[in-house]
Amino acid sequence: MNGFWDHLLGLGDKLAAHVVLAAAALALGIIVALPVAVWASRSQTVARVALGFASLVQTVPALALLALFFPILLSLRAVFGEGLPTLGFLPALLALALYALLPILRNAVTAQANLDPGVLEAADGVGMTKWQKLRLVEAPLSAPFVMAGIRTAAVWTIGAATLATTIGQPSLGDPIFAGLQTQNWALVLAGCVASAGLALVADFLLGLVERGFATRTRALWLGGLVAVVLGVGAAFASQMEYGEDERVVIGAKTFSEQLILARLIGQRLEAQGYQVEYRDGLGSAIAHNAVASGAIDILVDYTGTIWTNQMKREDTPPRDAMYAAIVQWERETSGTHVLGRLGFENAYGLAMRGEDATFGQFESIADVAARGQDMVIGGDPEFFERPEWIAVRDAYGLKFKAQRNFSPTFMYNALKSGEADIISAYTSDGRIAADRLTVLEDPRGAFPNYDAIVLVNSEAAADKELLQALEPLVDAIDVTAMREANFSVDREDDKLSPAQAARRLAERIGR
Amino acid sequence: MNRLVEPSTGRVILDGDDVASLPPSALRRSVGYVFQGIGLFPHMHVGENIAIGPRLAGNPIGEARIGELLELVELEPAMASRMPDELSGGQRQRVGVARALAGDPKLLLMDEPFGALDPITRDALGERVRALHDRLGLTSVMVTHDMTEALLLADRVLVMDAGRIVADETPAALLAGAGGDIAQGLVAVPRAQAEKLAAMEQ
Repeated sequence: MNGFWDHLLGLGDKLAAHVVLAAAALALGIIVALPVAVWASRSQTVARVALGFASLVQTVPALALLALFFPILLSLRAVFGEGLPTLGFLPALLALALYALLPILRNAVTAQANLDPGVLEAADGVGMTKWQKLRLVEAPLSAPFVMAGIRTAAVWTIGAATLATTIGQPSLGDPIFAGLQTQNWALVLAGCVASAGLALVADFLLGLVERGFATRTRALWLGGLVAVVLGVGAAFASQMEYGEDERVVIGAKTFSEQLILARLIGQRLEAQGYQVEYRDGLGSAIAHNAVASGAIDILVDYTGTIWTNQMKREDTPPRDAMYAAIVQWERETSGTHVLGRLGFENAYGLAMRGEDATFGQFESIADVAARGQDMVIGGDPEFFERPEWIAVRDAYGLKFKAQRNFSPTFMYNALKSGEADIISAYTSDGRIAADRLTVLEDPRGAFPNYDAIVLVNSEAAADKELLQALEPLVDAIDVTAMREANFSVDREDDKLSPAQAARRLAERIGR
Repeated sequence: MNRLVEPSTGRVILDGDDVASLPPSALRRSVGYVFQGIGLFPHMHVGENIAIGPRLAGNPIGEARIGELLELVELEPAMASRMPDELSGGQRQRVGVARALAGDPKLLLMDEPFGALDPITRDALGERVRALHDRLGLTSVMVTHDMTEALLLADRVLVMDAGRIVADETPAALLAGAGGDIAQGLVAVPRAQAEKLAAMEQ
């Protein structure tokens, strides 16, 4: 666990972003939930509908809920204009606020329903108007229960906010996702400890407020509230400082190669005096949309991925023709600038343990289609949904005993340990050579090309100096160099951080 | 009478105004009301509970007046800072009466006010309220199921049956046999009890 403390202490700005996001979501949740709870206490129908809706939201996995806001906000652009952000803070805020609704709403409604009817009658009897009754009787008597709900919501929100990383919002999820990817457990642990610690602190402070309300001790609830406000305020202030400068935001998807290339690009820009920020752990589809919409400025993507997933094409034209078509398509649809190809390909390929391939005489995908019905295939979480897989499966008529999803990192372990017999490997992955895997040939050319290309958002591309700084990377990285860099991050021993690997890669390619 | 329940037929006239034409919250602030379930606010101390009516009406009362009201119901003025759950049932209902009197109402409404109290407290508090009624010159309306209580405390007894008034007599007239069958049925119970008790003593 070396480096754990360094990692933990380096999480200051992620922590601040996390606090601001969670606090904003909780505040929004409270603002929505409380009036609805009051309304629900006056109408059974409203109570049923509101609680039903909140429970329904709760059954949607947080990860999916966060991702769902991307298409929702995208369609809302028709109403609010193109300036509406679709990634980052706004969707994270909305999804988490929705998530925070249930505990607050349920506790508030229950508290109201359980108020002593005699006391409510007394409130009417002494001549309180509806508003006075709410303010002087119902609210103070419900407060401890509502506070307990807010406390639960706070802990949930702080936990779920780590997932905001996947839609491009910095949070304590960044170190967790980056660490999981590169098997840097110290980094994962640092992220988890920071997030859990934050949840505990919030729970403690809100607990003080709850107890203060219950025992009517002003010092207790006021003290708790002041501490919460100060904490959020400090986080917000530090975020404002960060937010003011003009930073170039470089996105990265969830795997090591992306993290390394983002650092390679970032380090070049920093050398030119740019301020750089990384958005790691973006989902594949979200990452492309992020660069197209300007949520991030720069992204390394792959031709085959754009071809099938963004352009929805099913044919597989020759390399150069596909590249040219993509450059034109990006320019026409979003104005995104394609800087160029980095020089290597990170294709999907089906890989097996070398000895199995030799022993069973499997050389191409066609062999597996003919004799591999008893095999278990493993893929990364998106693989079996991707059109490329469907194309390959149909082209060869592939059938397997079972298909299992693994995170990219664990996929190779699964192959090693026999939990999968064949996996969707990435051809630039250093572990192919290190684990002595055989990548099956694709004689029918069903997998498209996956040349790594650099995408620059239309606004950032207006900066000629930025483009010039990145120009030397075009055609500079061959697949061997990339594999080596990837492996230096993925291997178990003597691991490099993505930033270190990027520096080595820069030295090696002489740029 | 204070529109917590709206009449299905008939009218309630208070000082010449039909109560149905008055705004409910203002009407209720002008009528002293003692609840069946006592109905003190558990999150306010005794002083705040007593002062709530005048506070709602916009002319809050001070500590001195709260002390006066507590003395009126034979409680220590120092009790103003206690919370309701620290008091006994009798003390709480005294606070309830003090609260009803805080706004200097002309009308005092009591809905089975002593139902939850033990007989001794009940008797003493009944006497006390009757004395206050005389001293402050109030119009008091008390609902009770206990005919003895009604006969002993009231100047005028209305007997209700299925939502209708079936008798309107003085206690003396009721004891003399007026008011019809239903009223006499009710009067017969305490009378028979008194006779049994008298027989046991002999």
